[in-house]
Amino acid sequence: MPVESVFPRLEALLPHVQKPIQYVGGELNSTVKPWDSCDVRWALMYPDAYEVGLPNQGVMILYEVLNEREGVLAERTYSVWPDLEALMREHRVPQFTVDAHRPVGAFDVLGVSFSTELGYTNLLTTLDLAGIPMETADRTEEHPVVLAGGHAAFNPEPIADFIDCAVIGDGEQAVLEITGIIRAWKAEGRPGGRDELLFRLAKTGSVYVPKFYDVEYLPDGRISRVVPNRSGVPWRVAKHTVMDLDEWPYPKQPLVPLAETVHERMSVEIFRGCTRGCRFCQAGMITRPVRERSITGIGDMVEKGLKATGFEEVGLLSLSSADHSEIGDVAKGLADRYEEDKIGLSLPSTRVDAFNIDLANELTRNGRRSGLTFAPEGGSERIRKVINKMVSEEDLIRTVATAYGNGWRQVKLYFMCGLPTETDEDVLQIADMATKVIAKGREVSGKNDIRCTVSIGGFVPKPHTPFQWAPQLSSEDTDARLEKLRERIRGDKKYGRSIGFRYHDGKPGIVEGLLSRGDRRVGAVIRAVYEDGGRFDGWREHFSYDRWMSCAEKTLPGFGVDVDWYTTRERAYEEVLPWDHLDSGLDKDWLWEDWQDALDETEVEDCRWTPCFDCGVCPQMDTHIQIGPTGKKLLPLTVVK
Amino acid sequence: MQRIRLRYTKRGRLRFTSHRDFQRAFERALRRSEVPMAYSAGFTPHPKVSYANAAPTGTGSEAEFLEIALTEPRDPASLRESLDASMPDGLDIVEAVEARTSGLADRLTASVWELRLDGVGLPEARQAVAAFLAAETVEVERRTKNGLRTFDARAAVVRLEALDGAFEGAADRPGLGACAILRLVVRHSTPAVRPDDVLSGLRATADLAPPVPAAVTRLAQGLLNEETGTVTDPLAPDREAVTAAPPTAAGLTAATGGSPARGGVPEGSA
Repeated sequence: MPVESVFPRLEALLPHVQKPIQYVGGELNSTVKPWDSCDVRWALMYPDAYEVGLPNQGVMILYEVLNEREGVLAERTYSVWPDLEALMREHRVPQFTVDAHRPVGAFDVLGVSFSTELGYTNLLTTLDLAGIPMETADRTEEHPVVLAGGHAAFNPEPIADFIDCAVIGDGEQAVLEITGIIRAWKAEGRPGGRDELLFRLAKTGSVYVPKFYDVEYLPDGRISRVVPNRSGVPWRVAKHTVMDLDEWPYPKQPLVPLAETVHERMSVEIFRGCTRGCRFCQAGMITRPVRERSITGIGDMVEKGLKATGFEEVGLLSLSSADHSEIGDVAKGLADRYEEDKIGLSLPSTRVDAFNIDLANELTRNGRRSGLTFAPEGGSERIRKVINKMVSEEDLIRTVATAYGNGWRQVKLYFMCGLPTETDEDVLQIADMATKVIAKGREVSGKNDIRCTVSIGGFVPKPHTPFQWAPQLSSEDTDARLEKLRERIRGDKKYGRSIGFRYHDGKPGIVEGLLSRGDRRVGAVIRAVYEDGGRFDGWREHFSYDRWMSCAEKTLPGFGVDVDWYTTRERAYEEVLPWDHLDSGLDKDWLWEDWQDALDETEVEDCRWTPCFDCGVCPQMDTHIQIGPTGKKLLPLTVVK
Repeated sequence: MQRIRLRYTKRGRLRFTSHRDFQRAFERALRRSEVPMAYSAGFTPHPKVSYANAAPTGTGSEAEFLEIALTEPRDPASLRESLDASMPDGLDIVEAVEARTSGLADRLTASVWELRLDGVGLPEARQAVAAFLAAETVEVERRTKNGLRTFDARAAVVRLEALDGAFEGAADRPGLGACAILRLVVRHSTPAVRPDDVLSGLRATADLAPPVPAAVTRLAQGLLNEETGTVTDPLAPDREAVTAAPPTAAGLTAATGGSPARGGVPEGSA
């Protein structure tokens, strides 16, 4: 039976809300399929505002992968702003998809992509608006399966009560496997109800169903073990890895919104994974091994994507884009192809390396050379060894000299504060570095109006990284250290005015830290914050540190733990971590050795160019490094006019 | 350089498109349909598009106008067709004429609006209209970026009448039956008097409070005929000029003489 669109009821509310266009749908390249023509129906959600969620590559890829399949439909839903939320509650309009405005509660699956833990309260808002019981225990066959994915899902324990299952790793093949299982279960007449469906998913070993695992605790609050509570459920759940990106050229038809969004460009993921080995970087650890898209695969996606969208900019995405084995030919080939068409090329996430200036020059042949961004991450040579960010000050100065010498007028430098073993001195050296950058820049450019901006945020230790055992710096200490750095920069008479300083205070990092390394007991805090009105925690104007702390004080002492216990406490080798039963492929002993190497200031090379250092991922996941060069070039496009 | 003037619509749910949203969508459509656009000079060249007098977000329109500048001449009819195919349904490109005259913006001096008031009976609407028209001035308030602003909504109103909008079979659908339609002709002035300002005025003078938000559509925009209180088609002079002198190579050159229409939005800065 078809479900009715809620649009007529929503429409009456739209004149009263900000930016109504974001709730209207109808984006170019969006898909609406007849409800009854499909037997498996997915609602895909990015738990943030439309303007942030729409450009999300993960959601866009799965939306297309699913909709291409016969008998399967996927629609999108995003968090509604509080102004519309209030009206929806008043007029009893449920959470809806923007594609056909169908109620989310009518779908088989609600798949939520968590790039960050700060979307957890928005999940609860959505469940409530959708009429889906907040906790998995209270749901019946009538309700969608609530599925979490994205990087934060590598430790889904804080939301274990609110989701039915989680998938870790790449989603392309996983969603199709899950679709098959749901289809079969429905076709058989839903035997065994919801539990049977979840059991069939859990049995695969690659879908995590929290309720099939019991967590046991020690008297001191630490976890003693996590154990399956029903036979047939595996002890550990493995991540998914897509091999051969050329076989998955998605998105082929990127969505083009009418509303303004944070990224308005045609994005092509040029490779997945990173083995640079930066010890703070969760993305680099959990997405191994490196799998490159070929130069011809990239050229093809750009060509088709631009035709399908009319975008004016192409973004070549990855965790460290200049590391693609043929990036020089990719950049030159694309710049040649699109020079006449006023298509801008951008290469986010580049390293400190003079080669990158050549690339940047290539990408801005006709355009303005305004700003280049580098991420040394640590201010001192010593701390960069701790985090395995192998950049020497010499490299950096040489790189920026080339940049300013080539007409670039501003260099942005990204850093972190609160890294393990860090002292005030490590952070104050950031000021020295910025000073040297300006001095060198004035020298090579012969100009005084060049600028250097220092941008710095608090470090949050993440699961599945060598720093998963590390103590997080308290927000007070973070703020004090940043204040000293600010004074040092401001106090510099000669260079201080050429150095911009941007920083984030330490408070949001503490909440992020609580949620990142939290366990199931943290769920009570999330729920209390939601019930107290917490929404959109990634937004400064909505985030309330005080609310989080007061809710934590009300809920955590009952378990004998507190916020510091989750954040500033260092963990020992023996401790069972809440995410140990989720297998990212990384060998826990290797992570521990890497943590010890960090404390000894010992660096580790990249396995793409040196022998394997046994992180464990390839053998554990039966995967391997896939990199070029292919030796191919991008040929000019035939002009059809 | 050839200049082409377009009339476009904001229909259905896409009436919630803001003007900025429309601009981005339109400029992408120009790329997808490979229109040979002229670009502004400078570091970040922008396609030369002049927009005139856009309808507010949330109101529908059958009569929005813009002008584009091309580096090579194109047939307006086929250009319209391919642009329309590249735009989402609801943002429809409905008319295209080659610009042969100057000052399109000068010919947009008034708008005709339709305001559909579901749940409001015709006698009630008529009474409110009469009270509004009888008033010398009608002070209304509007929240702007610079705070609450008070101004007169009466002087700019050239005509205002109430019609019966109830449709047949309405008796079977209780609650939906009553529907008044206001037809409004309003002069473009500063500050601009918008349909919702007139609604505020009706509330102020006659306590008219529609139970659901009014569905507002701009039906026409053009040069106001003060005597009849109607507006004339602003593209008519261009169309007549084309009929009088069909395009030739020389004609195309001659057509590039005038300045682009003065719109509300500048063409990207140099």
